[in-house]
Amino acid sequence: MAKPSAPPNFLTALLDKAVNWARTRSMWPASFGLACCAIEMMATGAAHNDLARFGMEVFRASPRQADLMIVAGRVSQKMAPVLRQVYDQMAEPKWVISMGACASTGGMFNNYALVQGVDQVVPVDVYVPGCPPGPQSLMHGILTLQARITAGEYSSR
Amino acid sequence: MTDQSAAEETGAGYTGLAERFPDAAFSQSYGQTVCRVPRDRLVEFATAAVAEGFSMFVDLCAVDYLHRDPRFEVVVNLASLDPPRRLRILVGVPGDDPTAPSITGVLPGANFYEREAFDLFGIEFSGHPDLTRILLPDDWVGHPLRKDAPVGSVPVQFKEANTAS
Amino acid sequence: MSNPPDIVTGEIEASGRDAQAKRPVSSGEPEAGRRRTTHDLWLSGTEAPVDTGRFTDEGSQEMLLVEDQAVLAEQMGTLVVDDYQALGAESSDETQIINMGPQHPATHGVLRLQIELDGETIRRVKPIIGYLHTGMEKTAETLTFMQGPTNVTRMDYLSPLHNELVFSMAVERLLGVEVPPRAQAIRVMMTELNRVASHLLWCATTGLDIGALSMMIYGWRERELVLAFFEKTTGLRMNHNYIRPGGVAADLPDGWEDDVAAIDDGVRAGLADYEALLLGNPIFLERTRGVGVLTAAECLAFGVTGPLLRASGIDYDVRKAFPYSGIEQYEFDVPTGQNGDVYDRFIIRFEEIRQSLRIVAQAARTMPRGDYRTDDRKVTPPPRARIDQSMEALIHHFKIFTEGFHVPAGEVYEAVESARGELGMYLVSSGGAKPWRLHVRGPSFANVQALPAMLTDSLIADTIATLASTDPVMGDVDR
Repeated sequence: MAKPSAPPNFLTALLDKAVNWARTRSMWPASFGLACCAIEMMATGAAHNDLARFGMEVFRASPRQADLMIVAGRVSQKMAPVLRQVYDQMAEPKWVISMGACASTGGMFNNYALVQGVDQVVPVDVYVPGCPPGPQSLMHGILTLQARITAGEYSSR
Repeated sequence: MTDQSAAEETGAGYTGLAERFPDAAFSQSYGQTVCRVPRDRLVEFATAAVAEGFSMFVDLCAVDYLHRDPRFEVVVNLASLDPPRRLRILVGVPGDDPTAPSITGVLPGANFYEREAFDLFGIEFSGHPDLTRILLPDDWVGHPLRKDAPVGSVPVQFKEANTAS
Repeated sequence: MSNPPDIVTGEIEASGRDAQAKRPVSSGEPEAGRRRTTHDLWLSGTEAPVDTGRFTDEGSQEMLLVEDQAVLAEQMGTLVVDDYQALGAESSDETQIINMGPQHPATHGVLRLQIELDGETIRRVKPIIGYLHTGMEKTAETLTFMQGPTNVTRMDYLSPLHNELVFSMAVERLLGVEVPPRAQAIRVMMTELNRVASHLLWCATTGLDIGALSMMIYGWRERELVLAFFEKTTGLRMNHNYIRPGGVAADLPDGWEDDVAAIDDGVRAGLADYEALLLGNPIFLERTRGVGVLTAAECLAFGVTGPLLRASGIDYDVRKAFPYSGIEQYEFDVPTGQNGDVYDRFIIRFEEIRQSLRIVAQAARTMPRGDYRTDDRKVTPPPRARIDQSMEALIHHFKIFTEGFHVPAGEVYEAVESARGELGMYLVSSGGAKPWRLHVRGPSFANVQALPAMLTDSLIADTIATLASTDPVMGDVDR
């Protein structure tokens, strides 16, 4: 790894850091609440566990204005194309948090009706386990994602 | 509402139906009134039940009793409000001819329920205005809640465990 | 790209997707004449140019032309025949069909509405559901009766304890076990608290939909009190798996009386705030009075239950009509409305919160002592301490958790009054350790069916208020 010796590298690295910092400090989630996890996601955004302190309480209805998709809930076969369409409509850079057991692996419903893990359909950055994960777990997941972004790591697309 | 005793009133609705439909077998299942009605008389029976006071549509579902003849059973659940009592109508539907008359003409609430039974079991309800899949995607093949349809589970890897299916 | 593994169906038969859709994608074009569906979008990636115009083709889900729906009109009465149509105007020219959902901030889950609009007036509505279909009824056939509550509790995920209660009641009726009085009282108290939590959430989200954004923040405040108590008692904030066949899973924790009293005070204070916020507000009144009216006859015909039915004037409440779990010993009223509009439903739900608190206070005051679950060891697992001492207890524990207890053959229908209406369960047992068939009568399934009756001839802006007042929980609808 080349050491940043010349001033231009130093400036670019600084710029990268600033951009990453800005991205994490106002990551707007697209509302993709499907089932029980959506309720806990809303609870995370409510006053008791306040997502607004991370700049994230604005759940954008339109995916075009969002950069984070929290897939909260079980994704059925019928919903999977919709999920993909919403994901495709988001502009880069975008991240996906798979919230809950059903979104991560299909959860307790290992059957014909569910997509066994939303990573079959969209690339996922952070998996938050739980059924449903409490607000603290979801926030831990969000902070993990923010830490990864700040450190400059992105998932491979 | 006259002040007849509740027991008399409870009996009256059922006995009225039992008289009009001698081929409907009334029985008690764990304290609940159940009535087996032949398929071709379902609409008539439902109309009569609604007239007798069972005006609230509660539920319609299907059951697959794989190794029984008739294979399927359509279960219609009605309730009357005053006095409160329930009536469960069981209709046998054979496996080689999975059709049944639709009661949406009598009780429009059966609309979605019959579509669900069609979707998950493949029972066709003749006279239904829009018999299409409701819960599964349109291009789905098969009827998953039938007993000979698999659950569709994927094998899960557990380290150091022998999981049979 | 090789054939993607068919992990979705797993098993041998192609009981899942259309066999043609499993072809490898990079070969691109579908066969000529085959209707391209949105599933192709998913499978195909985004490389090949796609004819996006075809993706609005709904296939069998499309709204049928008016002429084809005469039968529907007679039965459901949702078509409007007026001058506009008598003039012979083509509906496709004059009206537009828009799609609301399934990803939408205000559809309360993944509900999709196809709305045919004439300007701002709604001519037809078609709800399309199934976007949350989880196959729970099929999964239930693979789980023992002990594991059953974990599955059913996730159906109506806003009142999970009601789902567990109705499952347990159905199993207990088949088994013929008596639930001890303390367990019954605990069940009543917990389910009524769940009703309070569910209605508070409903107030919050409906307020948000109607435009009172602060309701969203305030409504969750009191709900957190209830959820904290649930977490203390059952271990989880939601989807508790607490009410099981035979009783409840654990006794109430120490100090529960204080917690319940705190909930009572907190919620009452919050309710006073919400009523001050909403019910006097002229904008709120304009948006809710006379909106989304459903008549009593329509309710009965569609099988609508719960606050919607009571708003139309019929005071049917399963707790009064078919009492369960000892609820008849508590005094409470059932609020009923007159007009069947959104405003009535608000008033009824606010009042139901109060009545539920009343029941909770009575249950807390008169909580009987005793067992929190039946002592029939074949059904309920023995206490952990006994397992070390008694071989029998060990064997019972083993059998219950591996094979499960066997339930006599039969079929039974049980119902409770959940926050949304009559939640019923039709259980068929074949004498084994797992249900033969489990069908859940979700109240929201029938309520969503009544949406066309409520929305036709109203304005598009009223859709949100009406839909919110219906309180659909898609887990209940799609199962």
